Amino acid sequence: MFGLGKSNDVTLTMDRPYAESLLDKGVQDVIGKPLSRVDGPRKVSGTATYAAEYQLANMAYGVLVSATIGKGKVVSIDVEAAKAFPGVIDVVVDFDTFALVSQQGGETAAPAQGVKGVEYFGQIIAIVVGETFEAARDAAEQIPVVYERETGVFDFSLEHQHEKKLPDNNTPAHSSQGDLDTAMREAAFTVDVIYTTPSQNSVAMEPHASIATWDDGALTVYGAYQMPTSDAQQLAKALGLSASKVRIISRFIGGGFGSKLGIAPESVAAALAAKKLGRPVKAVMLRHQVFEATVRRSNTSQRMRLAASANGTITGIGHETTASNLAEQDYFEPAGLSTHFLYAGENRLITHDLVRVNWLLSGSMRAPGEAVGLMGLEGAIDELAEKVGIDPIELRRRNEPPRDPEKKVPFSSRHLIEALDTGAEMFGWSKRQKPGQRREGEWLLGMGVAAAARANILMETSAKVAIGKDGSVTVSSAMTDIGTGSYTILSQVAAELLGVPMDRITMKLGDTNDVPAAGSGGSWGACSSGSAIYLACESLRGKLANALGVDAAALTLKDAQAIGDNRSVPIAELVGEGMEAVGTIKPGKQTKAVNQATYGAHFAEVAVNLVTGETRVRRMLGVFAAGRILNEKTARSQCLGGMAFGIGAALTEDMIHDSRTGQLVIRDLAEYYVPVNADVPQLQVVFLSERDIHANPIHAKGIGEVGICGAGAAIANAIFNASGIRVRDFPITLDKLLPHLPAF
Amino acid sequence: MRTFTYDQADSPAAAVKSVAPPRAKFIAGGTNLIDLMKLQVETPDRLVDISRLALTDIEDMDNGGLRIDALVPNSDLAADPRVIERYEVLSRALLAGASGQLRNKATTGGNLMQRTRCYYFTNTASPCNKREPGSGCGAIGGVNRILAILGTSDKCIATHPGDMPVAMRALDATIATLKADGTRRRVSIHDFYSLPDQTPEIETVLEHDELITHVELPPPPNGARQQYRKVRDRASYAFALVSVAGVVTVENGKITTAALAFGGLAPMPWRNTAMEQGLIGQAPSDALFEKAAEHLLAEARGQGANDFKIPLARRTLIACLRDLTGE
Ligand SMILES: Cc1cc2nc3c(=O)[nH]c(=O)nc-3n(C[C@H](O)[C@H](O)[C@H](O)COP(=O)(O)OP(=O)(O)OC[C@H]3O[C@@H](n4cnc5c(N)ncnc54)[C@H](O)[C@@H]3O)c2cc1C
Ligand code: SF4
Repeated sequence: MFGLGKSNDVTLTMDRPYAESLLDKGVQDVIGKPLSRVDGPRKVSGTATYAAEYQLANMAYGVLVSATIGKGKVVSIDVEAAKAFPGVIDVVVDFDTFALVSQQGGETAAPAQGVKGVEYFGQIIAIVVGETFEAARDAAEQIPVVYERETGVFDFSLEHQHEKKLPDNNTPAHSSQGDLDTAMREAAFTVDVIYTTPSQNSVAMEPHASIATWDDGALTVYGAYQMPTSDAQQLAKALGLSASKVRIISRFIGGGFGSKLGIAPESVAAALAAKKLGRPVKAVMLRHQVFEATVRRSNTSQRMRLAASANGTITGIGHETTASNLAEQDYFEPAGLSTHFLYAGENRLITHDLVRVNWLLSGSMRAPGEAVGLMGLEGAIDELAEKVGIDPIELRRRNEPPRDPEKKVPFSSRHLIEALDTGAEMFGWSKRQKPGQRREGEWLLGMGVAAAARANILMETSAKVAIGKDGSVTVSSAMTDIGTGSYTILSQVAAELLGVPMDRITMKLGDTNDVPAAGSGGSWGACSSGSAIYLACESLRGKLANALGVDAAALTLKDAQAIGDNRSVPIAELVGEGMEAVGTIKPGKQTKAVNQATYGAHFAEVAVNLVTGETRVRRMLGVFAAGRILNEKTARSQCLGGMAFGIGAALTEDMIHDSRTGQLVIRDLAEYYVPVNADVPQLQVVFLSERDIHANPIHAKGIGEVGICGAGAAIANAIFNASGIRVRDFPITLDKLLPHLPAF
Repeated sequence: MRTFTYDQADSPAAAVKSVAPPRAKFIAGGTNLIDLMKLQVETPDRLVDISRLALTDIEDMDNGGLRIDALVPNSDLAADPRVIERYEVLSRALLAGASGQLRNKATTGGNLMQRTRCYYFTNTASPCNKREPGSGCGAIGGVNRILAILGTSDKCIATHPGDMPVAMRALDATIATLKADGTRRRVSIHDFYSLPDQTPEIETVLEHDELITHVELPPPPNGARQQYRKVRDRASYAFALVSVAGVVTVENGKITTAALAFGGLAPMPWRNTAMEQGLIGQAPSDALFEKAAEHLLAEARGQGANDFKIPLARRTLIACLRDLTGE
């Protein structure tokens, strides 16, 4: 009999490098393979159930009420008038408990609550519940609300910069080393420019949605959440419950891109309404509410300063970012995150400050920090190369730091120069000409390059792996799959380590009743959950070896057989009634002992229309080194998606607020321009072979975000190469090029 | 969306009767109307569904022209071989609009009648003279990068966002209608749209109970070259910042006919016949094209964020004229 129970559970804290990974010894031969998503058939056949699709008995439909002023107070909401609408059951107004904003990802506290004061246009102030969605929507859109208006700050101006020193988030708010001003004065070449990026929306296909149902004081929410474990804690705190009373089920998520890291206002509203009515309530945000009342990536103003010697050796780097947020919200867009370590240079100044505005919350959107920070940094590097008169790849080579230039610790693994060189070769970089030289009919052609970097994160996460008495394997965890492929790659890890075919693995994700996990965000999901599964499997391998009577090192698991000592026995015969183990990975000293990041290189070729200034991307190549690639297909898809994000960031995406009212004027998918098929040309993705022994037992690094980091800068740099026009204000729409275009 | 009653009309005559109540509306493909109803920008209390009427033919006319029924989907019209051959500008304009899915649903009549994409029109929290006469214009002094530079008034600066109607204006289309009293009329597209002036809520000369039954295109000028050029913020699925529909004939080195219509510039598909007259009889040259552009834009007025449309229209027009008259 082999034990169920705690004795099999293992925890590993990454205090030391993990030199040898069992994944390199597996013989099942599934790890790394470009397998299609295991949940694909369910998705295309409509049987993958998303949050809003659960049909609960006696469910009522909630539609949120949005404030229609930018700043002020709600004086009254005419509940009776709304209740008079046919089909309306009730209007739930709870000014104190409703969430003022979404919560940031990973926090365990409640989001800011209290909605009587209106801090931004579109703030959720009530929920109308009806027997049908249509009835609730009709009333929610017409419910009479009386406001008292106040003057707010509706435009972003550096004059409004807040004095307060911000608390550090994933990068220090302020840091400096040496003396940048002196370095700038003494440099042979300098760049001192300001890059600006606009607010952006994640625009996940699936809107934020929660179905809340109560049973004997315990709440279950079917919701679209990236991090159910901490989201349940947030929701519990918001409702004054103990965390054990809140269960979140989030099996399929139609994209999150950061906007579903923390709970959004609809969750609290649905829970309160379900409680009041004594029946399940579904609340799905309308598309404009997703734009107006979830989170945005902050706009930024980035002052970039570079100082270099005559041969292009960087002596100083300054990256001073001002982002924006609501008055009491201290999250800042960490645009300088990678600037700390991407290039050498003794004198460094990296700061982050905020302008307080009455716009919706700003928070994490895919690759918070680098996604916009590299648009500034990599643009400035391109400008420096132009001034020094050397190839921008050569400039990067000359400034490749041997170790972290600030913390003076080694890099865990870093193949930036290899990525640049490989890409240059494949892309035909040597054919790049001086700015404004290549022309094809009406089109000016150019190439651009940018480095990609994204800090690598490991988060405390658990996973339970159980082998049933029939030899089938079940993995369960409160981890999520936000469309990225977690179901697939995590199955591959378990299949490889336990030597079972993929179809013997059942992956149960997205339920807080299972062991806790950090969920999906910050590109940590695959590594954190993959490592937790690894640890559980390693423990089970030990038990199986025992059962077979061999050393763990002498055990081979393949095709559901345990092989060792010249014997081959079905795994099912070794597990008795079944065995299970919980693996838990925790970040440890390796986080500080080495600098961990994923690197890559982006290449873009663009065409700028000489007549109209329209920019069309012709082709792009991304070369990435992200440790072990767990599945070439899903990894590639992540990078493709990231590069498409980069196209949007460079050329089209822009959440525009009316500076008179604070109203978000662009608030649906017809007007918020994400790249469509015709904007996304042939994209090529190449992975360099790499292992990172400092990162985690599976030797992989995050890949969900690196595809966007630097992609937009490569496009902007290509626009400069094509046209000779340097636009530092994103998105680069045609009106910004037009005044500088030559006669044609 | 407000509640409404729904009536499926089984003949044009029944449709125009059914739409009599003041807040009734026709619905065809629904691709514009339903979006606006969801936002409570349009609040009809009765929908008369005309989508199943037998108005889906495209027929040759005796004069060599083409008759297009009001319910012909945009996709079908764009793909019709006669349209491709004789009215290339129309096919291209249609294909430059919206997306494949939308074009499958969108109809000829509905496309002519689509409403502006002005951000303030579609948000009931904003003042808008078009949506709520007398409430003011949110776009003037607001976010108006996409809005009009020609034909505006101090009450409204919206654009007509369509592509198909721009091509139809260059092709001198005629719009045929049926009214509840059984009368039919034919209105030139040049007289069909109204400028905002003091009444931006009035967009066309169509009466409340008047149904567009079909559109007639006269034969295109012999030997004319046709082009539709649409300038936009992304490669597809974006409304025109500026578009030009051109039908131009050159004979013996001289321009003999010129029809040029513009989208994205004005509250209606724009045409300036005086400018066209200036081209006729002349030998094509950049100087001539510059003069035409000057003529077109003489009265253009930007609002700041849309000032760029003036040079953009100038450059686009010149490029089109070069293409239309070049070797
Ligand atoms: C995301 C998006 C992008 C788009 N992009 C473009 C674009 O790039 N270019 C472009 O040109 N268009 C674009 N469109 C608009 C599209 O072309 C219109 O929505 C469509 O043509 C409307 O046709 P419909 O049949 O669906 O009209 P409906 O929505 O059914 O009706 C629209 C209006 O016309 C009236 N109406 C309909 N038929 C008749 C009739 N026979 N007689 C009298 N009145 C009638 C209706 O009462 C209603 O007021 C886009 C639309 C969307 C949603
Ligand atoms: S421009 Fe016209 S449509 Fe837009 S807000 Fe003003 S009045 Fe309304």
